[in-house]
Amino acid sequence: MWKCLSPAVFCTLRLTVSVVIFAVSSLPAFGALGGDVSSVSSDQAHLKASVRVLAGTSYSVHEMLTPSGTRVRQFASPAGIVFGISWQGFAPDLQQLLGEHFEEYVAAVSSQRGRRGRGVHIDTGDLVVETGGHMRFVVGRAWLRSKLPQGVGADAVQ
Amino acid sequence: MQFSRATLSLLGAVAVCSSLVDCGSGGGSSTSVPPKNTQAIVVSGGPDNNYANGLFTTVTVCAPGSSNCQSVPNVLVDTGSYGLRLLASAVGSLSGALPQQTGSDGNPVFECAQFVDSVTWGPVKVADVVLANESAKSLPIELIGASDVPVPSGCKAIGPAEEDVTSLGANGILGIGLFIADCGDACAPASAANPGFYYGCMASSCSVVSEPLNMQVQNPVALFPVNNNGVVITLPSVSGSSPGIGGSMVLGIGTADNNGLASAAIFPPDKFGNLLTTFKGKQYAGFLDTGSNAYFFLDSKTTGIASCSSAAKGFYCPSSPVSLSATNSSSQNGSSSTVNFTIVSASQLFSNNNDFVFPSLGGPNPSTFDWGLPFFIGRKVFIAIEGRPTPGGSGPYWAY
Repeated sequence: MWKCLSPAVFCTLRLTVSVVIFAVSSLPAFGALGGDVSSVSSDQAHLKASVRVLAGTSYSVHEMLTPSGTRVRQFASPAGIVFGISWQGFAPDLQQLLGEHFEEYVAAVSSQRGRRGRGVHIDTGDLVVETGGHMRFVVGRAWLRSKLPQGVGADAVQ
Repeated sequence: MQFSRATLSLLGAVAVCSSLVDCGSGGGSSTSVPPKNTQAIVVSGGPDNNYANGLFTTVTVCAPGSSNCQSVPNVLVDTGSYGLRLLASAVGSLSGALPQQTGSDGNPVFECAQFVDSVTWGPVKVADVVLANESAKSLPIELIGASDVPVPSGCKAIGPAEEDVTSLGANGILGIGLFIADCGDACAPASAANPGFYYGCMASSCSVVSEPLNMQVQNPVALFPVNNNGVVITLPSVSGSSPGIGGSMVLGIGTADNNGLASAAIFPPDKFGNLLTTFKGKQYAGFLDTGSNAYFFLDSKTTGIASCSSAAKGFYCPSSPVSLSATNSSSQNGSSSTVNFTIVSASQLFSNNNDFVFPSLGGPNPSTFDWGLPFFIGRKVFIAIEGRPTPGGSGPYWAY
């Protein structure tokens, strides 16, 4: 439904805001960071979060709201690669969101202990993760430098 | 004076106060006795002498209804969470005397407490918890690392578990923020979407359970017999970085002669626990959090302040001190107050190994304004608990 095969024509232009009701409470199995966003559509039917797609000029934003109120945004390049993710609300399932980069994140968090008491600011060269907030309001964003579309800065991932 | 781990653990509450320059409103000469509703707090390097801007206190826990008690020093005082969590290793032999909470199905209840970038995992136990001269009877608390039950995969998926002094940087976390229960309605039985703070465990197999509000790990202040509508945190002004400072946490708001609001501006939060912070003409979610150890705000692109390289990663490192101002406001009551603050290079601040108090420490924080521990230095900040009446109206609110 959201498949966008032509990098030159933005799927978001054809995808007006859509809302889909899903059936389980965990975060949807949509494309993890660095993965292919086209996996989204096949998984949607099993998910409980509401989802909408926001139009952009050089990338698309897939926004989900889980029932417990966590807002997750997935930023996809014209080629359909998830280059960034942001979240806000209760702490999300980062293993799901970061995919193969989760272990890298865990290792980096553990090595940053000592000085910074809350939230992390991790930069492993390609993977950047920033988090902050308090117990009922966790904010964070993550992106892959190598996957940022041309002309798109990391500050797009909000 | 220089704090070492040894001196900290030996100093009693009054001694910490009198040995330092100023103890806030509760302090005075070495012969004065703090009022009964005053708990000593200190900014120090913590149990491993490596924590920057950590606010610590000593908490006494007892087996319910008994005089079998243990004092636990170096517990982080955190207005950004709710409820008491202690490392089992710091509670020692008393751990075995604290009853395990069981759920409606008879299984022991465990908690995966979700923080910003990590979790704590352990059984929910019941204890009497003493701060100042007040005791919260039969309070559910989390005992971190108290069992062989492994961290469930759903809990691990949120972030790494902090299970010892090295990873936690403290012997525990005392959550005395705006709310009573740590998870709140989202974890209670009527919730449509449980974020998974609580687990029922059979042997080593655990699954997410709902947890009634009155059984959740909760803010001990709310369960005190009196002075239970909030706390007042006071830390003295400092001229620059230092090894340590002492202050006070007074229980209650407007309940005694030492906790009146006077002319403090009141900021009720939104439903997420945030106020509004306006910086350079734009509005962001903001909050006051002693458990954050710096002014954590926005990013280098927005602030124009350089981030640190490897030595002080996660903080700001401007080439020279930067003076800034931002305005806090509440959409609930129209209060507004401008805050002036200064950010100094973290790598420069950290270059003195004897310092643990940094009033000018800052760092990035995505899209939000986290008024961390430096904000509390030189201020008296009121934290009013949800639903509790005060002379300034019902909580929740911050006031300063």
